[in-house]
Amino acid sequence: MNRLEILKKSLINAILGILLTFPITVIKVNTIEKEITWRWYMLALVGSVIFVISYLWIRQQERQKAGITFKFKESKLGIKYHSLMDKPGVTKRVLIFSTILIIALPFITSPYTTSIFTTALIYIILGLGLNIVVGLGGLLNLGYAAFFGVGAYTFAILNQNFGIGFWLALPLGGLASALFGAIVGLPVLRLKGDYLAIVTLGFGEMTRIVTENFGALTNGPSGIANIPKPTLFGHTFGYFGSTRFVYLIAVALVVLIIFIVWRMENSRIGRSWVAMREDDIACEAMGVDLTKAKMTLFIISASIAGIAGVLFAAKTTFINPQSFTVWESIMILCIVVLGGKGSVRGVILGGLILILLPEYLRAFQQYRMLIFGFLLIVMMVFRPGGIIQNVRKIYKIEGDLSNE
Amino acid sequence: MDVGYFFKLLLSGLTRGSIYALIALGYTMVYGIIKLINFAHGELYMIGAFTGLIVASVLNYAGVDPVLTLVIATIFAIIFSSAFGVTIEKIAYKPLRNTQRLSALISAIGVSMFLQNFVLLFQTSDFLSFPNLIPEFKFLAPVENYLSSPQILIYICTAIFLIGFTVLVKFTKIGKAMRATAQDSKMSLLLGININKVISVTFLTGSAAAAIGGVLISSQVGQINFYIGFIVGIKAFVAAVLGGIGSIGGAVLGAFVLGLVESFGTGYISSDYEDLFAFLFLILILTFKPSGLLGKSLKQKV
Amino acid sequence: MSSKVLEIKNLLMQFGGLKAVNDVSLDIHESQITALIGPNGAGKTTFFNCLTGVYTPTSGDINIIPPGKKLIRANGLKPNKITEIGLARTFQNIRLFQNMTVLENVMIGRHAVTNAGVLGAIFNGKKTKEEEKKIIHDSHEILKVMNLEKFANEFASNLPYGAQRLLEIARALATDPFLLLLDEPAAGMNPQETIELIGTIEKLKHEFNLSILLIEHDMHLVMNLSDMCYVMDYGRLIAKGTPEETANNPTVIKAYLGEDF
Ligand SMILES: Nc1ncnc2c1ncn2[C@@H]1O[C@H](COP(=O)(O)OP(=O)(O)O)[C@@H](O)[C@H]1O
Ligand SMILES: [Mg+2]
Repeated sequence: MNRLEILKKSLINAILGILLTFPITVIKVNTIEKEITWRWYMLALVGSVIFVISYLWIRQQERQKAGITFKFKESKLGIKYHSLMDKPGVTKRVLIFSTILIIALPFITSPYTTSIFTTALIYIILGLGLNIVVGLGGLLNLGYAAFFGVGAYTFAILNQNFGIGFWLALPLGGLASALFGAIVGLPVLRLKGDYLAIVTLGFGEMTRIVTENFGALTNGPSGIANIPKPTLFGHTFGYFGSTRFVYLIAVALVVLIIFIVWRMENSRIGRSWVAMREDDIACEAMGVDLTKAKMTLFIISASIAGIAGVLFAAKTTFINPQSFTVWESIMILCIVVLGGKGSVRGVILGGLILILLPEYLRAFQQYRMLIFGFLLIVMMVFRPGGIIQNVRKIYKIEGDLSNE
Repeated sequence: MDVGYFFKLLLSGLTRGSIYALIALGYTMVYGIIKLINFAHGELYMIGAFTGLIVASVLNYAGVDPVLTLVIATIFAIIFSSAFGVTIEKIAYKPLRNTQRLSALISAIGVSMFLQNFVLLFQTSDFLSFPNLIPEFKFLAPVENYLSSPQILIYICTAIFLIGFTVLVKFTKIGKAMRATAQDSKMSLLLGININKVISVTFLTGSAAAAIGGVLISSQVGQINFYIGFIVGIKAFVAAVLGGIGSIGGAVLGAFVLGLVESFGTGYISSDYEDLFAFLFLILILTFKPSGLLGKSLKQKV
Repeated sequence: MSSKVLEIKNLLMQFGGLKAVNDVSLDIHESQITALIGPNGAGKTTFFNCLTGVYTPTSGDINIIPPGKKLIRANGLKPNKITEIGLARTFQNIRLFQNMTVLENVMIGRHAVTNAGVLGAIFNGKKTKEEEKKIIHDSHEILKVMNLEKFANEFASNLPYGAQRLLEIARALATDPFLLLLDEPAAGMNPQETIELIGTIEKLKHEFNLSILLIEHDMHLVMNLSDMCYVMDYGRLIAKGTPEETANNPTVIKAYLGEDF
């Protein structure tokens, strides 16, 4: 298709789109005053948005049909980036510099910024945890927020009833969540693909409903307040101090979890997960116990969510069931899918984009979910691997130089 | 035991069941043909309800006869819902037909998010009240404590739609093509069946059913917002799975079983846990009989 | 005659009304190459799926006798258990791990004979490191035997078709089997590749001391390789014997070519 044809087709699409969305975009009903507002300007707005999107969409489709795919390495920016980074010592300097920047951040910015970055870090932890199941294992878990919630509530409840502090709650929250993961995993892990997704969604919602109605322990829909911030060897911080401290704990946890995920994904166990994602029947025929593999995946991923939950409770000092709905799960899924399934760097990027962007582009906030929804579709259609595609490790074969 | 209360619950269970049946139909047909859980199907029901409300309000405020208004609003709801259904398929599912099934499911989640927020942004996040259009049927006066006019209307419309739908699937050419595609899509392609058309018709009828359900239930309940599709959609999916996904009779059966269980469950146990029953059902059925009540159990060919 | 490694008695596999495998009994002997032939849809792959735990047979017995060990009744065991016992298979419609490298595909095969767990992976101690090194080394050796080492770091999906079939075999070999089940290993190969495959299978048999059960259409390959030949049609065994005997058996000819011939 040439440009003119694409333009023509986009114009038709724009007109069809206007017709399709007419009642919802143009007519606004005020059912209390019994008034109708006709917003004719919407025609132009909707039409032009659809026209532009349609044009880009078709052009991209044509490109992919012609075999042109975007490779960062071969793009202009990518070539510059690599020629810069490949110079000796540069990577190391960049690493040192960013480490300093990350640690210094709470001391050079406002508590507000620090707090937002902490949120982003918590979501990165969640993304990394979900990524183990979705990215490596290829199992879609739509109830992940429930594991997050179990961690948060474990801390809140243990603190209310037994005065247990953050540091003890951190492993306990992970443990409780892992246990919960095992209980959920038992019946659901026999299921495949999309069924698994829906059942985990069901479990997630059930957990929320039970939390809302089990007031004696969870204080119902109103939630639990006055959860203490973390202390350092018994020392409590003021508002600024504790915001910084929670941020630094989050950084440490992210680093720890990245380390664990890296170790895991190139191990015997991690390989078997990826193989399961690629072809479960062949994987089983290679001697991998699928039930055991899935259970391990689920439990590890659940415990990471639990840890994130404890951190979340400590950060906000207040939790209620609304923080752990299915949309929370889907938000975490967006981080993984948009960033790059199976790729640690992708998940970090996804977390930063999805949490920071709406915070800083206030105008964007309102359209956040609309755009994320749309991006999910675009990503699946054009780049199912996510922004940063997962690469497999290249193994060196030792003692066999003749083949190099 | 209070017999009157029992009947009230029974009838309200049938009402729920009817609505679930209308929505579950779309799930089961789409799954039967392209093996996709159309996560966004509940949103088509919501779009149907909204279109219905908007059109009905415009006519109602202009003083058009209520019954005529209801009819016109329903027709518009069907048209727009179906158009959305077919469009979604073209944009978000068709390009993913030959990829991993998880990709299509994630795309469907994206559609669901998009449509909910689309309506939220362009309309409102508040509940809107649906005009009261259904006339009081005089003949119901003796039983008005148990059965309302909207309920009767829901039963009748559901029955008519189900019969019409059965005729479509059993006796028309496109219906036969649909069944053939559900059996074996590769083979149907070889036999010259136009798969794209079959899929479009599937989305069209599924969305139409959902739209009818949307308008009917909205005029009974009296208010709607952008979120109504999600939970009902999930429940209708549960109904489809319960009956055996891919089986049309199964979807209807599953819908009524779920509707009745919910109605009796909330009536006799606790209304706090209204949404719990569906999920419990889902987990139990998939754990113990994944093929559902009427579905055939199939072993994956290796 | 050498001892049995596998003994099938009256195996039945039913799908609804269809008896895909119907009352099949056969034995596989140590260090022999046994061929299973028959027209398309005869039930050969289904038979394999029963042996390897993908399907649980409706009735009958599957007894595995690992050389020098006690008999194991294998009905209803999970596929990974069967692999652990020492049966390994390839798939007729290639089922490689497409987005993993060729080397990694073979490394998965070593899963059953190694044991590093989650903690091992995280702490990556001496034992784990050594095991990992050995997995890489062994897998690479297998690639060499199969003449695939030049592809080691390619994605499996990028291999030419013939090489994909070989990788299927390599991956199966990595599980240390005593009985190798090959489902149409030459399907889609050109004559040259097929001749090479015959050599490779011979080599494997001796080098790894294998017994082999082979489903094949290519009569040339069957005649050249097999010691014993079984013929299936409509789920039943209709003939057995040496390859020459079966090739000249009128029932077999009829099954392959139809009544009118
Ligand atoms: N999972 C299954 N469900 C139903 N029928 C099956 C299944 N697997 C195989 N069959 C049927 O069993 C018969 C034998 O198939 P197969 O074993 O693949 O034959 P072959 O490998 O000899 O060509 C075929 O008719 C096939 O359709
Ligand atoms: Mg076969």
